[in-house]
This record gives sequence, C-alpha cells and structure tokens, in this order.
Amino acid sequence: MTDSRFYRWLRPWVFPVVLVGAFEWYARRAAALGSDALAPPSAAAKAFAGAAMDGSLWTATGFTLGTAALGLLLGAVLGIAFGVMLGLSRRAAQLGSVSIEVLRPVPSVALIPLAMLGFGFGVRMELAIVAFATFWPLLVLVQAAVQQVEPRLLEVSRVLGLSARERAFKIVLPAIVPRLFVALRLGVAVALVVAVTVEIAANPNGMGYAMMIAQQSFDPALMLAWLGWIGIVGFAVNAGMLVLQRAVSRRMGVPS
Amino acid sequence: MNDSRIGLYRFGSLGVLLALVALWWIASNAGWVSRVFLPTPQATFASLLEGLNLSGSGEGSGELLGFTRATVGRMIEGWLLASLFGVLLGATIGVSPSVRAWIQPTLEFIRPLPASALLPLAISIFGLNPGMVLFVVAFGAMWPVLLATVHGFAAVEPRLAEVARCLQMSRAAYIWKMGLPNAMPDILAGMRLALTIALIVAVVGEMIASQSGLGQAILLAARAFRASDLFAGIVLLGLIGFVSNALLAFAEQRLLRWQRP
Repeated sequence: MTDSRFYRWLRPWVFPVVLVGAFEWYARRAAALGSDALAPPSAAAKAFAGAAMDGSLWTATGFTLGTAALGLLLGAVLGIAFGVMLGLSRRAAQLGSVSIEVLRPVPSVALIPLAMLGFGFGVRMELAIVAFATFWPLLVLVQAAVQQVEPRLLEVSRVLGLSARERAFKIVLPAIVPRLFVALRLGVAVALVVAVTVEIAANPNGMGYAMMIAQQSFDPALMLAWLGWIGIVGFAVNAGMLVLQRAVSRRMGVPS
Repeated sequence: MNDSRIGLYRFGSLGVLLALVALWWIASNAGWVSRVFLPTPQATFASLLEGLNLSGSGEGSGELLGFTRATVGRMIEGWLLASLFGVLLGATIGVSPSVRAWIQPTLEFIRPLPASALLPLAISIFGLNPGMVLFVVAFGAMWPVLLATVHGFAAVEPRLAEVARCLQMSRAAYIWKMGLPNAMPDILAGMRLALTIALIVAVVGEMIASQSGLGQAILLAARAFRASDLFAGIVLLGLIGFVSNALLAFAEQRLLRWQRP
C-alpha cells in the first residue's frame, strides 16, 4: 500500500472529528430550539480566539501552570527528602508506617476549606494543596526506588566512610534518577489535576475559575473553549514529561 | 530481624502517630497556632461524637452521619457505574485491534483531563441536581478502568488468541474466557484508582453543586469558621479513603490468588 503512511497519520483524527461534528450538529439544533446551555464547537473556537487575543487566556494558564509547578516543587522536595530517609533506614520506615497509612488516604480536596481558612484565596492555598497531593506519591515511589538501590553501592559508601549527607547526595540520589523521573511524571499529572480542581471548587484564579465563571455567566462557548484548552494543556504537559522521562532513562542507560 | 522486634517497631510506629497527635494537642492548646485555623484534638473529637450521634446523651445532631452516608453512597454508586461501563466499553474497544487503532489516541488525549473540569459542562447540561454529580463521578472514575481494560485486552498473549481461533471460540466466549481473566489484574488496579477519583469528584461535586454531603459540610464549616466541625469532616473523609482503599486491596489479594504460583 502506497498510502499507508498517510492512512496511519489520518486514523487517530477520524474519531474526534466525527465526535466534534456530531456535537456541532446537536448544539446547533439545540440552539435553534432556544436552549442556551450549549454552544457549537465553532462558536467555542471563536471564543477561544477572543480569549487568546485579549490575553486572559495566557494570564490564567500562566497562573495555573505556575502554581502547579511551585506546588509540585514543594511537594517533591519534601517527598524526596522523606523518601530517601525512609528508604535508607528500615527502622525509620517502620516507625513512620502507621502515620503515613493514616494520613495518605485523606483526599486532597478535603483540605480546600482548610487552606481557604488558613491562607485565604490566592496562590498560597492552591500551593499548599498541590504540595500535599504530590507529596505522597513522591514519598512512596522514592522510598521504593531507594530500597532498590544496588546494596553494593551502599557498601562502597560505608567503606569510604561517607557521611549520611554525602551518601544521600553522591550515591543514592544519582542512583535513583531514572525512577525519580517516573515519579515526577506522575507528580506533574497529579499537580495539574489538583490545581484545576482547586480553582474550580474555590480559588478565584486560573483556568478552572475562568471556566467556572464562563458557565455561571451563561457563556457556553467560552466554557467549552476553556474545557478544550485545559485538555490540550494537560495533554501537552503530560506528553512533554513522557519525552523528558524517556530521554533521562536513555541517558542513564535504562531501557524505558 | 526477629518477630519480637518487628512487633516492637509496629508498636513504635503507633507511638509516632500518637506523638503527632500530642504535638497537635500542644500546638493548639498552647496557642502556637490560632484556634480559628487549628482546633484542639478534643474539640475535633467532640464534634465528631456529636455529629455522629455517639455522645450517648442523645444531644448530638447526628448531621455528619447523614452527610457521610450521602458522600459514601455517591462515591460507591459512581464507582460501580464507572466500573461497569469502563469494563464494558474497554472490552468492546480492546478486543479488536482495528477499533483500538481508531479510538485509542482519542482516549489517550482525554485521559489527562481533570474529571472536575467536566463539572461546569455537566451543570450547564443537567443543572444543579444529584444526578449531575453522580454522572460526573461515574464519568471521571470510568477512565482508569476503561484504559486499564483496553490495555489488559491488548496485552493478551498472542498464542492464547491463536488457541481461541483454533477452538473456533465465539467472540463472546473469547472475551469471557481469555480476555477478561487476562485483563483482571489491570482492571482491579484501575478500579482501585477509580475509587480514589470517585471520592475526590464526589467531594468537589458536593462543594460546587451544594448537594448535601461531607464536601458541602466542610465548605460551610470553613465559611462559618467552625474549625472543629471542619476537622471532623476531614477526619471522616480520611477514614472513608482509608477504609475503602484497604477493603479493595484485600479484595484484590483474594481475587488474584490464582495468579501466584
């Protein structure tokens, strides 16, 4: 087949195009019947272009991505620190186990009202919740990664008489880099979902809030534009992390 | 490490938890942190007892009990719907390589979309009612099950598929006898993730759509600066997460026993 490459390139687009087409048809029919709950995708595209022109799109996207990144940084640093500690010392891991088992299942969104009370609206409350949500998966995955570090490397560090700090920074952290990036990829996905959720539920900033306010002001076209944009941003960020993680694995000589 | 020392550490790790609670007690009672934000443990406990109507004197309002029941109900109903449709759709898509090739890229695109982002859309379509929240809970929790099922079906050992062809199994028999058992570990892992998502979306849905439940209860408690009620709600939500996760882990272990040699 000569057209097989073209065919393969085309194939993933057929289903979404059919879906969007069906939605366009349905929304236009609903609008003709006098419903203002939905807008056709063509109107959403127009609303999207408007938001991109007046800059509101970029401010909100920047806020969400920035807050998610800062929160992830905070959660990841703490998670990695505790993960390395618990991974290196079996005693510490056993002593901490019950507290972790009890605290970890608390749904991150349950902390939205608490963060609201403590920090008010703004960057800090969202930061705190994203950090809490990303702390647990990083802690658990880093702990598991450290426990699987080649025992001989740890023996070498003992023979060299390295201090605990040197052991963590010179032996353990380099050894877990490939797995660390797998954990960070999960952390990025969690951070983005939690950031948007906090904005939808409470925080009057960012993409989630922009979408919520579009719904509340009966602007379904703008709301759909935001929904699509949140989907695209999420997909792009996740795809970027996957590429980064694979590149790191390749550099470190680990089959991904 | 021998048994008695492991027992000792288990005891010790309970001690660490108690020490954390003691720290909380000291921090709140000594006023290091304002009680507006951090209630004392005893106040939280009192709120819990009163809300769950366990105080014995019959004075408690018992409000929290109803809220907990509503949230747990929403979570479980949504989760069951999500599991059912996730497995059905996943099996339909996963069983045929050509359907997979057409549809899977779209599924991968939708996967990272936060489930809560569908709430505004669902509100404008269905309005503010319990069915809307249930729909979003089920829809959001369906993705991990659906994608896990597709993956499980795609990863069936090719020789098994050949055996099925040789035995001239019907498609239904192939799904039932080979696809599903093979995809079971993936499906169960997906269902566990789905339960976590179901709880989160149920809470967010209650907050936004003001449906009665723990999500709405803690939001109202925070707005009225009733910190002890807020903490009681958070404790209950943590408990729901803990119990549901533990139950599912246990079920998973039982159901997958045949896999271990």
